[in-house]
Amino acid sequence: MIITQLITSFIASSAFGVLFNAPRNALIQCGFVGMLGWILYYLLVERGMDVVPATTIAAMLVAVLSHSCSKYYKMPIIIFNVSGIIPLVPGGVAYNAMRHFVENDYNTAIQLSTQVMLLAGGIAIGLMFSEVVNQVMRKIGAVGR
Amino acid sequence: MEETVAIEKICMLAGKIMLVSGAETNRVEDTMNRIASSFGIENPQSYATPTGINFSVDVAATTNSLRIIRRSTDLHKIDKVNIVSRKIAGGEITITEAFRQLKEIDRENTAYPAWVQILAAGLASGGFTIMYGGTWGDFLPAFFAGAIGFTGLLSFERVVEIRFLAEFFGAFLVGASAYLFFRMGFGNLINMVIIGGVMPLVPGLHITNAVRDLMSGHLVSGLSKGVEAVLTAFAIGAGVAVIYSFV
Repeated sequence: MIITQLITSFIASSAFGVLFNAPRNALIQCGFVGMLGWILYYLLVERGMDVVPATTIAAMLVAVLSHSCSKYYKMPIIIFNVSGIIPLVPGGVAYNAMRHFVENDYNTAIQLSTQVMLLAGGIAIGLMFSEVVNQVMRKIGAVGR
Repeated sequence: MEETVAIEKICMLAGKIMLVSGAETNRVEDTMNRIASSFGIENPQSYATPTGINFSVDVAATTNSLRIIRRSTDLHKIDKVNIVSRKIAGGEITITEAFRQLKEIDRENTAYPAWVQILAAGLASGGFTIMYGGTWGDFLPAFFAGAIGFTGLLSFERVVEIRFLAEFFGAFLVGASAYLFFRMGFGNLINMVIIGGVMPLVPGLHITNAVRDLMSGHLVSGLSKGVEAVLTAFAIGAGVAVIYSFV
């Protein structure tokens, strides 16, 4: 089962890399970043963690991986984290929320929309975490010198 | 004076390319300031929002402004501008050369051919269907539904000026084809097929970017991107809902 998830998340992330017009030589790396983030999320949720903290932690992993990729390949970090974050993005939940709205099932719809907001916030916090750690490290380094 | 104008032009062009290609506002402002400082401008001021850029070389100097109408996601161009800005910072290229290179980036079309994009949309749809708990029997229907929907989005975008309408039609095509496949006995879980199929259209990235902008203090950009994302989600939901109301 996990093999299926690995393969499909790799395909989905690199395919989104193509849709976002990522440079050709970065597509494989985009796929790997997305795959590892999704697998961490998948395993955490399978162990019974709630989806919001699981998404946040997986987004942190994506941020750290994209950061190392951007350092190593000398490309802007946005190339890697945009496609890497895609599997975690609450597109499915957002869609479900909208569907319940148009079906006049407002209670479920509002619950799902709140979840979308929380998931988006979780992703944003996870992505910013790595940036903040990076800045703090740079500042501490500058003070030490 | 001549040189100042040239620097302003370079900064505006770099900022425009990045903003049109979907870079974060933070990065756009940062790149413009960095280019200006490496040409010896001491106090550059830049202000970018998703719909326009303002830039001046000093607080009381003439302000240049630029209106941005079309936006998409083009990571390749962001990368290329980044390379040029790195070269400028390293003092490797002159002002004229930098301007020439940026103009070339602005003009060229680096997008993948349409059939590659459609294929990628199909693969992403199929992949998401499996990831969200669909069965392998749903992969092919989702692949075709996603590819048809994305083709619809691409062709409507050329004809219709309003992007939300194109997204509405795209989502409608996804729903319609998923329903047709389902009626033909092709695919097990129609819900999963539709969710996978609309994923290439869903503004997941905009939602996340909006929250990021808000958190980093770019309130105007964050709010406008958030509104754009909500409108897109609404267009997609409505497009699929048309199918649900018939079924």
